Amino acid sequence: MAEGKLCNRNMINTEEELRTLLADTSGKQYYSEMMDLDVDRDKLKATLDKTLKSRLKTWLEICAHCGLCADSCFIYLANNKDPKQVPSYKIQSTLGQIVKKKGNVDNAFMRMTMDTAWAKCTCCNRCGMYCPFGIDMGVMFGYLRGLCFSQGFVPWEMKIGSGMHRVYRAQMDISTEDWVDTCEWMAEEYEEDYVGLKIPVDKKNANTIYTVNAREPKHYPEDIGEAAALFHIAGEDWTVPSEGWEETSLAMFAGDWEACKLQVQSVYDAIDRLKPKRMVVTECGHAYRATVIEGPYWTGQKSGKPPVESLHYVEWVAEALRTGKLKIDPAKKIKEPVTYQDSCNYIRNAGLGDTAREIMSYIAEDFREMTPCREHNFCCGGGGGLNGIGRYREERNIGLKIKRDQILATGAKLVISPCHNCWDAIRDLEEVYHIGIRWRFLKPILLSMVIIPDHLKPEE
Amino acid sequence: MYQFVTGPLAWLSFGIFFIGLIVRIVLYIRGLDWQADRVTYSVNTSYGIKGAIRSIIVWLIPFGTRSWRVNPGFTILFFVFHIGLLVTPVFLQAHNILLKERLGFGLFTISDCTADFLTIAMLTAAAFIIIRRIALSEVRILTDWYDYLVLAITVIPFITGFLASHLIGDYQFWLILHILSGEVMLIAIPFTKLSHFVLFFLSRAQIGMDYGIKRGGMKGKGLAW
Ligand code: SF4
Ligand code: SF4
Repeated sequence: MAEGKLCNRNMINTEEELRTLLADTSGKQYYSEMMDLDVDRDKLKATLDKTLKSRLKTWLEICAHCGLCADSCFIYLANNKDPKQVPSYKIQSTLGQIVKKKGNVDNAFMRMTMDTAWAKCTCCNRCGMYCPFGIDMGVMFGYLRGLCFSQGFVPWEMKIGSGMHRVYRAQMDISTEDWVDTCEWMAEEYEEDYVGLKIPVDKKNANTIYTVNAREPKHYPEDIGEAAALFHIAGEDWTVPSEGWEETSLAMFAGDWEACKLQVQSVYDAIDRLKPKRMVVTECGHAYRATVIEGPYWTGQKSGKPPVESLHYVEWVAEALRTGKLKIDPAKKIKEPVTYQDSCNYIRNAGLGDTAREIMSYIAEDFREMTPCREHNFCCGGGGGLNGIGRYREERNIGLKIKRDQILATGAKLVISPCHNCWDAIRDLEEVYHIGIRWRFLKPILLSMVIIPDHLKPEE
Repeated sequence: MYQFVTGPLAWLSFGIFFIGLIVRIVLYIRGLDWQADRVTYSVNTSYGIKGAIRSIIVWLIPFGTRSWRVNPGFTILFFVFHIGLLVTPVFLQAHNILLKERLGFGLFTISDCTADFLTIAMLTAAAFIIIRRIALSEVRILTDWYDYLVLAITVIPFITGFLASHLIGDYQFWLILHILSGEVMLIAIPFTKLSHFVLFFLSRAQIGMDYGIKRGGMKGKGLAW
């Protein structure tokens, strides 16, 4: 059966394989090999027989073709209500057909399926809230991505991403040494402004273990410094693990369930080793979803929960503000109109809508909700990995229109976005559409307005 | 003929209907898999049950969910159609007289006038559902012959029943056709997507448990459907 050198059904498990794939700029050779990649039909059928259970089967069967899900999908709306973007159509014409044909599909069909699964759905799960049967395309497309991945029909960046997790236990090539060095460097930098600040690595029995998104050590190390400063001001007893510090999961976006498990297990192992009382996850939506919400299932935790209580960063902030561990200087609150981007992954899919509002009540004087908001909010436009896939840049940019219009309608020029993915999408939407907005994580905003106790201030 | 269609054939179709539905329910529940579905159905069950009940009830209330509220036209069609479909045959006087004759008990009944009203309303809703299928591009693209077939299976018993009870044309002919088409519907329910008669509740319960246990139900106030 024909497989390519780069585009094939094998998993990336070594640094060398990863380098080779990365060297293929924009996946040119990878995608050209994909044109000839054979479908392993027996394997596809066997996977269906084993993994397609009654929930998904029933969803595919009973869909009443009523079209109520159409308007719930931001991609449908952004594409001028193109009927081919109706959620039910997208899944019936891909997964529905694979199931109907018992896996007997060809190369062209699988490429179309891949383009649908990654460019026409961000797995935002919004449609599931609008279907009378609760048919959740986000869940079904997640499953479909797993089928595509196992057949080698997966966007180049996703294959790399899942390979990164397999090789480095992080979505980027950051070694344990790089990570620990970054923490030390940031501790030195921030110690100058906050007396006694430390970033304790591998401290046992701390109250809180803090885990991050690999982009932070790689591209925004000051985020780690800011987190340290806020923990320090709040008097938190905290630590970061030297290994198992990465929360994100491109493997989840790729549909590589094995890598999902490997990645999450590394975090759970760190918890096991260091025995903290709880975990706090950085300002990232899918990272929290992967490690706290879905991770317990990938790793077979019967309780459905991670080994210790785990908070998204917004929960920690709300708690610190509520208990007075962080105090806001009223004069420094945000005065201008400001809006909040509800991330699908921790608002709709983890119930933290109130938590976000609680924070805004402490830090903003003119908070404006988007419409719709909270659980009903639209995806930023770049979720589910779509932000990172070059092949679908055009499609992603079209989808951003919905968020653009939602933000414009609030009249706010500042968007608080405690999620890396949403943050990127909003940055890109400004780049593409020039609407004159700014976007911020919570950490720098908080740091600009908290009251710093005198004993933490450096002597002049 | 009348004896046959209201005798053995009726027993057979009711048998298939009930047994078929029980099989569907059992298969659905047995096919749930906590790890594949990523919902701990048997841990934190109280949250799950709460989520399931809420997820069913709000969707049974007209305009009870945001989806119903933003689609008022469809919501009205949906409820008129389904109320007519369920209430009319179960509480019809003629059916309950038959029930009493055969099984010795009857249910509460509605007046024939109410039944006529419900039937006409339900058939009108069905007509609009067909028009909607043809007129709206987002529904047209989803629609295939199977959707029309199941719609036909559900409305024919109502048309024939209406004609028979109002003595329009040949009473015997419409009556037999009415009974036969009703039996076809009963048999079709477990085998077609009309199985949503029970699977609606199971599917809603499942997604309700998903949100109730895993996706925030244990932290927030529960999903605002
Ligand atoms: S999960 Fe989101 S993006 Fe995907 S089909 Fe549903 S609404 Fe559209
Ligand atoms: S709303 Fe639900 S039942 Fe209706 S077409 Fe969409 S997925 Fe199917």
